[in-house]
Amino acid sequence: MKPDTPRIDMPTTAKIGEVIQIKTKIRHPMETGWRKSNDGQTVPRNRLTQFSCSFEGETIINAQYDSGVASDPYLLFYAKVTKAGLFDFRWEGDNNQVIHSQVALNIHL
Amino acid sequence: MSIEILTERLITRRQAVSFGSTALLAIALFGLPVTSAEATPKQAKNRLSELTKGAERQKGRVHITLPKLTQDGKRTRIKVAIDSPMTDDDFVRSLHIVAERNTYPDIASYELSPLSGKAEIVTRIRIAKSQTIIVAAEMNDGSVYYAKARCKVARGAGGCG
Repeated sequence: MKPDTPRIDMPTTAKIGEVIQIKTKIRHPMETGWRKSNDGQTVPRNRLTQFSCSFEGETIINAQYDSGVASDPYLLFYAKVTKAGLFDFRWEGDNNQVIHSQVALNIHL
Repeated sequence: MSIEILTERLITRRQAVSFGSTALLAIALFGLPVTSAEATPKQAKNRLSELTKGAERQKGRVHITLPKLTQDGKRTRIKVAIDSPMTDDDFVRSLHIVAERNTYPDIASYELSPLSGKAEIVTRIRIAKSQTIIVAAEMNDGSVYYAKARCKVARGAGGCG
């Protein structure tokens, strides 16, 4: 199954020094490789293993996902606004899956 | 005569094969699941020590919000908040979530930075059965704080797996 585009919920404008809330969600089965389907076949492992969010080259959060992360990984975190720029979201998984998304943030005075 | 010998041999070989397969079945039924289906609290603690590089863990500063009872262990919302100003001199470097009785103790590890502004995350985890979840946070000075939360999974709900 091809993962669809991630959903990112965050403000597009903010003040300098403000701490903004970022919600991310991506559709993914997160198969552990241990589960068996109804016909007794082992479902092959297919997991996202890493998520990172960076702002203009500086890492905000970096996550290592293991078997305990639920399917359709959801993550809420915070970021401090220092200037206008691009937020870079990146998911990496098994079989060289890379999902990449960018959101721009503007400063309002 | 020779046919009789052959059938005898065949039977003994069949018996041997069937004995072997039952032995394998017995191992599969009773031997392996004990070691592979579920981690133990001790394994979880050892894994946590590995993740925090053997630093001494102190109680406090970490706050976990986890339902006491859940119908759906496949996706349980967990909120982790850490008392930290998140400035350049004092911030949370990493935080680790570990389950005591999942198939494999590791759930997720997060690396934060002063740019995070607030040391708080919300995510959804798998809880295979009623158990304790441990969260450890490593500060930038190397000290490690932890907290535990217990979650009961209602019968019939799924989890890892």
